[in-house]
Amino acid sequence: MEPRSLREPERLLFELSRPGRRGFALPPLDVPEPGRFDLDPRYTRTSIEGFPELSEVEVVRHYTRLSRLNYAIDLGLYPLGSCTMKYNPKVHERIARLAGFADAHPQLPEAAAQGCLRLMHDLERALCAICGMDRFTLQPAAGAQGELAGIMMVRAYHRDRGNPRQVVLIPDSAHGTNPASAHIAGYRVEQIPSNQRGCVDLAVLRRRMADDVALLMLTNPNTLGVFEGEIQEIAGAVHAKGGLLYMDGANLNAFIGVARPGDMGVDLHHLNLHKTFSTPHGGGGPGAGPVGVKKHLEPYLPVPTVEQEGPKFVLNHDRPKSIGKVRSFFGNFGMFVRAFSYILALGPDGLRRMAETAVLNANYIRRRLQDTYHLPYSEPSLHEVVLTDHHLEETGVHTLDIAKRLMDYGFHPPTIYFPLIVKGALMIEPTESESREELDAFIEAMLRIDEEARRDPELVRTAPHTTPVRRLDEVGAARTPVLRWLPPR
Amino acid sequence: MGDGHRYIPASDADREAMLRTIGVSSIDDLFASLPAALRLQAPLALGPALAEQDLWAHLEGRARENRLPTPGSQFLGGGAYRHHAPALVDHLIGRTEFYSSYTPYQPEISQGTLQAIFEYQTLICQLTELDISNASMYDGASALAEAILMAERTARAGRVVISDRLHPEYLQVCRTHLANLDIAIATFTARGDGTADPEAARRILRQTRTSALVVQHPNFFGCLEEVEALAAAAREAQAHLIVAVTEPVSLGLLKGPGSQGADVVAGEGHSFGVPLSFGGPFLGILAARQSFLRNLPGRLVGESRDVDGRRGYVLTLSTREQHIRREKATSNICTNEGLCALIASIFLAAAGKSGLRELAVHNHAKAAYARKALGAARGCSLPYGAPIFNEFTVRLPVTAEAAVAQLADRSLIPGIPLSRYFEGMDRDLLVCVTEMNARAEIDRLAEELGRLG
Repeated sequence: MEPRSLREPERLLFELSRPGRRGFALPPLDVPEPGRFDLDPRYTRTSIEGFPELSEVEVVRHYTRLSRLNYAIDLGLYPLGSCTMKYNPKVHERIARLAGFADAHPQLPEAAAQGCLRLMHDLERALCAICGMDRFTLQPAAGAQGELAGIMMVRAYHRDRGNPRQVVLIPDSAHGTNPASAHIAGYRVEQIPSNQRGCVDLAVLRRRMADDVALLMLTNPNTLGVFEGEIQEIAGAVHAKGGLLYMDGANLNAFIGVARPGDMGVDLHHLNLHKTFSTPHGGGGPGAGPVGVKKHLEPYLPVPTVEQEGPKFVLNHDRPKSIGKVRSFFGNFGMFVRAFSYILALGPDGLRRMAETAVLNANYIRRRLQDTYHLPYSEPSLHEVVLTDHHLEETGVHTLDIAKRLMDYGFHPPTIYFPLIVKGALMIEPTESESREELDAFIEAMLRIDEEARRDPELVRTAPHTTPVRRLDEVGAARTPVLRWLPPR
Repeated sequence: MGDGHRYIPASDADREAMLRTIGVSSIDDLFASLPAALRLQAPLALGPALAEQDLWAHLEGRARENRLPTPGSQFLGGGAYRHHAPALVDHLIGRTEFYSSYTPYQPEISQGTLQAIFEYQTLICQLTELDISNASMYDGASALAEAILMAERTARAGRVVISDRLHPEYLQVCRTHLANLDIAIATFTARGDGTADPEAARRILRQTRTSALVVQHPNFFGCLEEVEALAAAAREAQAHLIVAVTEPVSLGLLKGPGSQGADVVAGEGHSFGVPLSFGGPFLGILAARQSFLRNLPGRLVGESRDVDGRRGYVLTLSTREQHIRREKATSNICTNEGLCALIASIFLAAAGKSGLRELAVHNHAKAAYARKALGAARGCSLPYGAPIFNEFTVRLPVTAEAAVAQLADRSLIPGIPLSRYFEGMDRDLLVCVTEMNARAEIDRLAEELGRLG
């Protein structure tokens, strides 16, 4: 047998399984015993084929070993632009696990759930204050579900006025979920090209705006990290033709406490609680995607809303113009607890300092890398900066290679090849969570990779060299998909 | 005294030095692209920052404002179920390498998450007895809406038929998601024993082309459905059968719907160790037959090899997704419920083959005991005769709302008044019994309900 190293790949649960092992015991059954089933065998199975059999310690070791194969924000910088990976404060995790919250059943009578309802009410008020909106729904389970709920509200609003309209305008730099959500809400999507500064071209928008357009979906700051400085004019152009302005709030971290979407002419926008309000993203979710609206959209909010009646908090299901429900119960309440904790922990000054530092950190990286890496747009950056591999064209080293080589230096790579309007994009978002020393180390790694690409391009093109597995065949995985384990034949 | 915030490393001195490097004189200069008229002149109208101990005290107080009886004296189900999660679950998901990581876009440094999802997909296939599973969805209700959209993409009939024994919130969510897509929803009513009538399904399916027949099993009223007969009805009409499962612990004892002819299972997985948390985050399950592979929404993890031939895992088939196909995407889903899928996997790994079956048997045996006891309580009756798993309907001598209000004083929550969702069911109570309810609590419930009449 080969000696086991700490980098050994971990076998699958099913391969570790041995018949007769168990990791779980129930108390003795205190009601009448077998024979007792009134269940006809046509309903029941005798066993779950292939299911694992492991002892408790084996389960603990398996997942502990798997955890060591992951990068995480608690290990270092995670500069995924537009994904906004920031530190997840630990006390918030403990608060969310308080039995009063974690064990609260969503079907509790209202009188027994006043703590949850009040927290939802207070979080909604806080988000309204932060964003300058009139109401929020907390229900959507993720940013993309928030987009969908928001677009459905817009559709209901227009339909109420006699015409749901047909078209949604979306800049070509938008997140991919924007067009997908608009499509699923029944709209035809038209792209609005960005101008040379990477922003919405106001003249093009004005020419296209007509009374068949339901809304414009604008990400602000946009996916280049650039603030759409003409947002009030954009809102004016959209409103003049009876359309509405939706803001994708994924990048709100850039200006919280400095400015508010509600003051910019925005009619509605979603937030990603895991981004701006630092709820942990758990390897891909859960998220939470509250949607804030101005007064004129309030009738269409999903049911139920939380209302205060004297000292009590109640759920209001009686909303005849509501779009309905987008998911069961009230949304990802556990995320509300963490996001509310974050707001309370930071306060108004802390929230502003957060945005300022996020912008400061992005600009610091930009300043120190822009003479080496190619900066495709010279507009001022807010929270993220987009660089490219253009300067390395003759070396044969590409964005993907730079990303993989960063792993050898101990960093998670930035977002790559996005936004789509930038060829070979490296989209870097450090957030406020990083110290100057961590930023310096990242910058140093980026500079060294540039040197390596010129001196020894093969070293970079074959990276990573130090990770538990090296470059994986993603094309092969898609060509012959293996999506589950099956017992060896 | 420091001048920063505990969550934000940069000190004032760091800020000054970095501003000098950037070549601007103040932080405000970095916001020059925001028109002056938009910049806030006053701090946000929020309370001042709280130190950790004050934050803790404040929110602990809020948690205490919920007046929760002990888990054993609650009989609430209806789409959310009280189960014991072994301590190792919370311990393992509390590892920061899991909960503080992002979507595994870079497989070389995300093998932990990717392998765990691959295992999750396998476990869900084994439970449902279907071929493929995605990497999870937001919750059961929205997973069902996505399942219907998927069936519609392949069958393109513009209509789905749904049993009226589906969880009413699931039906609401499906209505919302289908509202703007020219997909009609027809419902059909259950027969006297509380289950979907395959003949009624057959009649309504015959009327016009249909993409999918949707039933919940066990259904919202607790009854087990005749999945095989319903599958036959769907097959005759060339419609897909979608089975919604809100209580997946049932799959420890009941046949996987795939083996009974279901084409798709859309369900809720929070029962596998995810806290109730007032209804979320939960875990949407979506599994299907192989033929749906390129139409399955959400993320998928596939097995692959690295350049050295080592086995590894990657996100795959993402061409269906929004980041490539944009307005032609299969769905707008971007995130999954990765951490909840991990919780479920850990729970299922610990429970294992024998544990999950035992858990299901305990749930069923206790519910069967409770049903008998409650059915015999004075003034109470059982409106439906079909077999159950761990949930059932009992008809009370008084309105269910009144019963709930009255028993609250005795720290007992007897179930969900069905009048919350349905007209004309004022006296019907939906009762759920799990391993958390000891026999003594069940006896007490029967006794208290017997006193209402």
